[in-house]
Amino acid sequence: MAETTKEMKVVFERPHALLPVVTNYCPGCTHGIVNRLVAEVIDELGVEGKTVGIAPVGCSVMAYDFFACDMIEAAHGRAPAVATAVKRVHPDNVVFAYQGDGDLASIGMAETVHAATRGENITVIFINNAIYGMTGGQMAPTSLPNQITQTSPYGRDVSKAGYPVRVCELLSTLDGVAYLERVTVDTPKSVRNAKKAIRKAFDTQIAKKGYSLVEVVSTCPTNWGLTPSEAFAWMRENMLPYYPLGVYKDVVADGYANAAEAALDRAKDCPLVVPSEEGSNS
Amino acid sequence: MCAHVPRCGHYGGEVEDMAEKVLMKGNEALAESAMRAGCRFFFGYPITPQTELAAYMAKRMPYVGGTYLQAESEIAAINMVYGAAAAGARVMTSSSSPGVSLKSEGISYMAGADLPGLIINVQRGGPGLGGIQPSQSDYWQATRAMGHGDFHCIVFAPSTVQEMCDLAYGAFDIADKYRNPVMILADGMLGQMMEPVELPKMIDPKTLPEKDWATTGHGDKREHNVINSLYLTADHLEKLNQARFEKYARVEAEEQRSESYLCDDADIIVVAFGASSRVARSAVNTAREQGIKVGLFRPITLWPFPKVALEETCSHAKAYLSVEMNMGQMIDDVKLVVAGRAPVEFYGRTGGVIPTPNEVLTKIKEMQASLIGKAGE
Repeated sequence: MAETTKEMKVVFERPHALLPVVTNYCPGCTHGIVNRLVAEVIDELGVEGKTVGIAPVGCSVMAYDFFACDMIEAAHGRAPAVATAVKRVHPDNVVFAYQGDGDLASIGMAETVHAATRGENITVIFINNAIYGMTGGQMAPTSLPNQITQTSPYGRDVSKAGYPVRVCELLSTLDGVAYLERVTVDTPKSVRNAKKAIRKAFDTQIAKKGYSLVEVVSTCPTNWGLTPSEAFAWMRENMLPYYPLGVYKDVVADGYANAAEAALDRAKDCPLVVPSEEGSNS
Repeated sequence: MCAHVPRCGHYGGEVEDMAEKVLMKGNEALAESAMRAGCRFFFGYPITPQTELAAYMAKRMPYVGGTYLQAESEIAAINMVYGAAAAGARVMTSSSSPGVSLKSEGISYMAGADLPGLIINVQRGGPGLGGIQPSQSDYWQATRAMGHGDFHCIVFAPSTVQEMCDLAYGAFDIADKYRNPVMILADGMLGQMMEPVELPKMIDPKTLPEKDWATTGHGDKREHNVINSLYLTADHLEKLNQARFEKYARVEAEEQRSESYLCDDADIIVVAFGASSRVARSAVNTAREQGIKVGLFRPITLWPFPKVALEETCSHAKAYLSVEMNMGQMIDDVKLVVAGRAPVEFYGRTGGVIPTPNEVLTKIKEMQASLIGKAGE
């Protein structure tokens, strides 16, 4: 056996940052893919030893059993606040939060917006599958208009339940944000692209450029009542038009060193923000 | 970024590492002392009447290499405390009654994940938005229901600015020793009044023992650490809760603190904590001058309630009077100790009203008259 191993080249193996355990994710769920991509990026960067992950309430709540780095389970929606403090205590740690749509865009919206606007040097992996998975398929802040869920049994009526939140678009207005991209993982090509985005988000954090978030448009075959392949088809047909893929903010591509420099430029007409050399605002 | 950041005021530029005596507000003493205990992380949200504490932290923290962060909400603030505690730091937050209610979820998570940290409640009148005047109406919340689930906060009740300083200084050691959240239950009167205070020596947090359970990054040197309060198997969760209550039994055995003032020969024992104990002490002194055998029993730990010391008074005391700035909350704990052996009466003002020594004295005299009446029957 050992001899055979020697002769054969390893072309695919479990990332070290992912523990050799069976996850609790449903068949066809995209969490498994995204967990793996995060772990691959941690491996490639060689930062497992200084990474702290935070997984709050939702289907990914038990990610502390899956990732090999130090992990914190947080209260529903509060991962950005927890991540903020971990990063403030150990600025050289790599800190990521792994959050679903209900967690990030509903109960945790305040924490999300404020961690972003403070420009916390953290990375958020945001799984948007337009439904509450763990509690059995209730309407999420990102559920589409007319989408049928357990708590919108006649379809999401926007006149009563309002409209879905587009997280990348919303956060792109905030000065503390360095990098935002929306990806999906429905094909090998899109998985590779998602990994590139996650890698870039981690790189952004390590280079202390500001807040980074990657939104992964995902599926929930179980609660959507579809097979995994049907779920991807539904996602492509309905979610991607509402949540277009792409880069929503990249301060480096815009020619700035980091989010702070971009913010300063946007506010350059404000004398308090940019005091003159002579100190005329005294 | 701003051109003019004010950097003045007392405790300007230098780090004080020697003990020294100064005049300070209670809120400021809590803050300075916590910093001297090695706390370098403060997360809070503005609320009256704890304002001076956060303002003091904002001014001072940059000079000790610490972090003051104004959170977006009380909820975020306590979850930042959770995160910093998970990362192994000495960390605190402060608030006042309505804000503490918002923190209760996070405090429960801290207890469930066995995380140390200091929460200060500078109480005001309630319920709801209530008022901004001093109150003790969060006694039940602090000692009974600081959040959902089976757990206790260790709760200290200072009555002077010096004691605020001393308790804040020691609170982190207790929190770390038991890996449990600690609360200092103060009130708007203690927070805002000025008294001379001897400040303790500055502790460099780098000299504190490392926490091998903290999520600091495993550094390829150990298994990964997990901070968590989720246990989906009922048997497992039950065992963890039982183990935590064994810890609480140790806290009850080792950490009860109280002050007994003129209690040895007292017929009437006034039980009061914090601000109301100052009023009660004046009333006791006046009553003594008038020949009434009355003493003051002052719990310093509210949880664990100082049962052992109060029990000692039960051999001779003929009546108890609980004096509180609420509608009668600590009286429950007094009754649990006295257990029907003597009457336990109550005098309190609420809604932010502070009782006067005269009101308490009048109540003591009524009780004395009743005792004499009974003795004559």
